[in-house]
Amino acid sequence: MFRFLYSQRRHHAALVGAPALHIEDVTVSYPGTTQPALDAVSLCIPAGVRVALVGANGSGKSTLLKAVAGLIQPKTGRMSIYGLPIGACHHRVAYLPQRGEVDWRFPITVERLVLAGRYVHHGWLRRPGPSDRALVIAVLDQLGLADLVRRQIGALSGGQQQRALLARALVQEADLLLLDEPLSAVDAASRQIIATTLDQLRRQGKTALVATHHLDRLADEFDRVIELHDGTLCYSGGQNR
Amino acid sequence: MLNWLLEPLTYSFMRTGLAAATLVGITCAVLGAYVVLRRMAFIGDALSHTVLPGLVVAYLNGWSLFGGAIVAGLLTALGIGWVSRRGTVREDTAIGVLFTAMFAFGILLMSRVGSFRDLSHILFGNILGVRPADLWLIAVIAVSVLLTLFLLHKELELSSYDPIYAEVIGLKADRMRLVLLVLLAFTVVTCIQVVGVILTSALLVTPAAAAALLTNRLPRLMLLASVIAVGSALVGLYASYYVNVASGAAIVLCCTACFGCAWLARTLRSH
Repeated sequence: MFRFLYSQRRHHAALVGAPALHIEDVTVSYPGTTQPALDAVSLCIPAGVRVALVGANGSGKSTLLKAVAGLIQPKTGRMSIYGLPIGACHHRVAYLPQRGEVDWRFPITVERLVLAGRYVHHGWLRRPGPSDRALVIAVLDQLGLADLVRRQIGALSGGQQQRALLARALVQEADLLLLDEPLSAVDAASRQIIATTLDQLRRQGKTALVATHHLDRLADEFDRVIELHDGTLCYSGGQNR
Repeated sequence: MLNWLLEPLTYSFMRTGLAAATLVGITCAVLGAYVVLRRMAFIGDALSHTVLPGLVVAYLNGWSLFGGAIVAGLLTALGIGWVSRRGTVREDTAIGVLFTAMFAFGILLMSRVGSFRDLSHILFGNILGVRPADLWLIAVIAVSVLLTLFLLHKELELSSYDPIYAEVIGLKADRMRLVLLVLLAFTVVTCIQVVGVILTSALLVTPAAAAALLTNRLPRLMLLASVIAVGSALVGLYASYYVNVASGAAIVLCCTACFGCAWLARTLRSH
């Protein structure tokens, strides 16, 4: 059966032994600005680790995640995900945007929002089937949202919305998860559920790169910390700086 | 009562008008759901106005009015995307500039016809003047637009509420927007026959806006908007027959009354 994938790219196998993310000398500039948002950043993240991406507002955290997600084209440098160029295999990378980037007033249910995580596997014309729905329900249950399946997305609390976005990233069954501020303005229960989920992902060999302002439990929740300052990498290593 | 309802349908022009109103009402309502939810009401209004020069050029040369309108509508849809593509000019500014320029060009051409009356049905619509050949064209466009919306439902839905995630999975949000604009251009052309250039955006926006006040499920919103649009079109058609008022205006005012009721129901429910 033919599948018409969105970017016409097939599902490629990862290169054996390749790191989850390899970035080499990447510079990103926004139009109309002189200061680059990312300035010659290089880093290498092995598979199966949880990485916290920290830094002040405007330090380049979101820009880095967006560049890895393929949303922004770097001016210079090279990036690869499991040895493949950016955009070569969309299902392998899941991106969780900041909550403000989603139109929460849109009339869809939580189940429908999470189901969108399966679209990358189906492409044009094909619709998600019963197995996709079963996966969605299982993941929503895992994230404590089973009772809210039929609720309109705008009726959720901030923490529940963040968990719904995480659920969408999980049903995508990606290997590299890029999470932009998943802990901002969430309640303690949501934070605990998100931390537990990241730990489970690590045990499954998946990699998570998480932009965060919450520095209080870095040692418990992450394996590695990357700090950005004004678009440059100023620390990369263990969580106990 | 039954006689009152059936009597107008003994005339073939009424039956043709009724079929056209139903097809146009459903298409506008379903597409209108995206127009309202994606905050594209302004571009819907603009597109309906910008087909005017295409219509007038076609009329002056004896070409197909549909053809002229579709060419003008598509040119505008693509032109707006092109002018605002790099963000140098904001999209609403590009719409404002192109829409008024095209409409003014249309009026300029109309003034050369000698009599505005010849083209008044373009401005205000004339549902009772729909010919069987027009009806076929309306049916083909309506079915094509609805089929496209059905096949691309999940993509249009996702790119509407989360365009960034859509981009990440390889689904180009700007191309989805272009698809919507092209569908909008075709729909607007069928709509002009029913309510005219000036009131077309009302059929696109008002039924969907009313339905959005009553439900928070997209398929239900589209269904409800279709019921409102078709119901209003029927009321307008009968008002035109029995009370001898302009059908387009009657249809639009009926849609507005539905919106008023929906707004009242929503307000009462939230208290």
